[in-house]
Amino acid sequence: MAETPDEPTITREAGIWRFIPAVIAALVTLWFTKFISPVANGQYPEYVVTWVESAGVSFAFRLDGLSLAFALLICGIGAMVFLYASAYFRSDRRLLSLQLTLIAFAISMLGLTTADDAVTLFIFWEGTTITSYLLVGFDHEKETSRRAALQALLITGAGGLALFAGLLIMGGIAGTYRISEMNLLGETFKSHEMYTTIFVLVILGCFTKSAQWPFHFWLPGAMAAPTPVSAYLHSATMVKAGVYLMARLMPALGGTDLWVWTLIPFGAFTMILASVWAMRQTDLKLMLAFTTVMGLSMMTMLLGVSTNAAIAAAMTFLLVHAFYKAALFLSVGMIEKGSGSRDYTKVAGLSRALPLTTTVVGLAALSMAGLPPLFGFIGKEMIYEAGLHSHHAAMFVVGAALVANALMVACSGMVAIRPFFFNDQQAPKNNPADPGWGLWLGPVILSGLGLLCGLFPGTIGYTLVEPMVLAVAGEPMEGYLALWHGFGMPLLLSVATFALGALLYFGLDHIREFLFRIEDDVPETERWYDGFLVAMGSIARNGSILVQNGSMTSYLRRTFMVMAILIWVALLSGTWTWPAFALSGELIDWAIFLLITASLSVVLGSSSRLAAITALGGVGAGIAIIFVVYGAVDVAMTQLFVEILVVVFMAIAMVKLPVTGIARFRPRDAAVAAFLGLGVTMSMLMVLGTDIDLSLTDFFVEKSYPEAFGRNIVNVILVDFRGFDTMGETAVICFAAMAAYAVLKAGRKVRK
Amino acid sequence: MNSVILSTTARLLLPLIVILALFVFNRGHNEPGGGFIGGLLAAIAFTLVEKSAGVEYARKVLYFRPLSIAAFGLGCTLVGGLWGGIKYGYFLKGVWPFITKLADGSKSGLPVGSILLFDFGVFLVVLGGVLGILFTLEEVVASETDLEDS
Repeated sequence: MAETPDEPTITREAGIWRFIPAVIAALVTLWFTKFISPVANGQYPEYVVTWVESAGVSFAFRLDGLSLAFALLICGIGAMVFLYASAYFRSDRRLLSLQLTLIAFAISMLGLTTADDAVTLFIFWEGTTITSYLLVGFDHEKETSRRAALQALLITGAGGLALFAGLLIMGGIAGTYRISEMNLLGETFKSHEMYTTIFVLVILGCFTKSAQWPFHFWLPGAMAAPTPVSAYLHSATMVKAGVYLMARLMPALGGTDLWVWTLIPFGAFTMILASVWAMRQTDLKLMLAFTTVMGLSMMTMLLGVSTNAAIAAAMTFLLVHAFYKAALFLSVGMIEKGSGSRDYTKVAGLSRALPLTTTVVGLAALSMAGLPPLFGFIGKEMIYEAGLHSHHAAMFVVGAALVANALMVACSGMVAIRPFFFNDQQAPKNNPADPGWGLWLGPVILSGLGLLCGLFPGTIGYTLVEPMVLAVAGEPMEGYLALWHGFGMPLLLSVATFALGALLYFGLDHIREFLFRIEDDVPETERWYDGFLVAMGSIARNGSILVQNGSMTSYLRRTFMVMAILIWVALLSGTWTWPAFALSGELIDWAIFLLITASLSVVLGSSSRLAAITALGGVGAGIAIIFVVYGAVDVAMTQLFVEILVVVFMAIAMVKLPVTGIARFRPRDAAVAAFLGLGVTMSMLMVLGTDIDLSLTDFFVEKSYPEAFGRNIVNVILVDFRGFDTMGETAVICFAAMAAYAVLKAGRKVRK
Repeated sequence: MNSVILSTTARLLLPLIVILALFVFNRGHNEPGGGFIGGLLAAIAFTLVEKSAGVEYARKVLYFRPLSIAAFGLGCTLVGGLWGGIKYGYFLKGVWPFITKLADGSKSGLPVGSILLFDFGVFLVVLGGVLGILFTLEEVVASETDLEDS
């Protein structure tokens, strides 16, 4: 096969190495399963490495029910996504970079969900933000991808900063950064005067990460990422980090009025908003993105309800959602690979050509719709049960859940029926067919899990859900997972959901038309974001124009003015101590004085620049002689050599500096110079007036030879006692030389 | 600057000043001097050559590229620091392989070790950094002046 150099992304198929990440992830999943039994029995393994001891920060990890469930999800779904990616990008040379970034993300996510130290958690939190940025912008040659990636980065990054501030305040109040210890101090936090501040900061972090209104818009935008990335980050794992953190910190912060009346309204509003906009999409992937926002807000709302049953419902729904949503995302990729499009107006009647895809999508969609006997049904029943027994706004919670669930039923219908049944076959690709095993294995397992967990809910209830609830609620779960809870309100509500959902499904095309029409008139928070960016840009631009006007003279004038003002403020706010001062001196002192003043008068009076610069060197030489006379030979040598080099450099630069445009006599600059010069002189005199603490000098004199085998203290300080500073300075010299090289050379070649 | 006397003198002086610079560098631990001052002095020697005999000649005499010298020097400081880090577990702790402790508690031997390597790194960084900027500046300014003249 001939290579096509014009399309660099198409290369030879990747070798067997492409399976390595999937295999590793699968093995790690297996390793984590061995903790299921101890964790269910209340033994939580810990791993602690002391890190910044003085600040009480440690590299601490702890595996309780919540962390373990997330670890299993991350590694298990990770294994399937890695396998999927290796097939999806099989003949794309970017596969390796994708796999590596995905692994970096998986490690960050794993660290985030198992960390037991607030600072450690934050570091991994930022790790997921950065890797997500790289993954969303994977098609970095596309403008839309870059924009979406930047949007995700800015919003989740800003939220991350707020979260960090909140965590630091929490650590300050608790006196520890260990989250498991913070969670024992719930009453302390809730009655503390900083509680509102902490709550707002932490919730900002959670809401931005988990795409709650008004920050929800970045998640549909992030669908610019390739399908495996969307399935992994933006449905199953990363976006759940916000939900995870709310659950994690619930014992410390949860259950207050503020908590309840923030999470329930925001959750409910986002939920309905997202599921309505999901109806508008014809691109299946985008539709799934909106239903993901809906799923996240459902969990947020349930955590807001705060009862034991609500937490159980939230945790169950979290697992339900992870299974069906990852399966659906991956299946949409299968539809796209198999038929050439993922827009349900362009594909139809595929059930005969893609039988396997049809089955997988069907199973997962049934779970999303919440039909028995799938896991989704159990989750939905528990949501209704929890809503009915909510202590706050029960009818509101149930009503919102009912509307959102009905819209989900309609969306499920669109995903599972439109592309597959009741129409003649239609696809952009000739001979549509099921894709290979690498693509279907993951979705099959995931949707199969949805069915298995529905049929045998006791197993997953005991192994995962009950430990999760125990970790979040701090008490054992009431009730148990079961498919059949008897006749009652929840069942009635389920029936109502299906009826309403079916109605919506059949009226779908009208609803979509309507949504299309009003779309532009509905206020969208994304416009605030855009406006904010534009404003930031113009402030930065105007600020730059104001500060950087390109005139060296004005830079120097401002720098000196600021220095002078600082010195004078310090002088005037201090107490004046004058040194003993006499106008007498040795002959050598007067000689130096004469040399310096004579050189200075040449600097100020000369009409030749070269003469002025050389005379400036004379001033420096005079100062060097002062150092020699008073015993600082090292400083004198350095001063002298530097003066020589400065004169040479200035003389070269002189050739390029403009000759005209600057007047000989400039009263304003003279005033600035006098202002600064007087300030420096005064401060020097004041320094002489104070007693100098010589204990450091004594220490160096005493230790220099015995400890460092050197009698020249200056040098010993430079290379031994303060060697680290010197090392930094050498690095600075290197960077300065490189920067000068780049600035001087780089632009010139282009100009030629 | 096309002074034959100056350029001849500079060529003759170059090795002498460089040796002087190395001497100043080496005695720096006990007498005034050291890597920083020695580096400056060596840089001045090459500056003299550059100003009198031209950049091309100065580059040829220097043999290595200035930025490579600076980078190598940075490497020397790093290795000098890591040496103590590996041997004693404290980054930048001085290692003196030729100094032994005598029976009466005093120490004697050749004071050569990680600190000297570190200081030599400083010497090279200063030399390379200064000359890197100087040569580039000179080349750019000279070439642009030529362009304007032609």
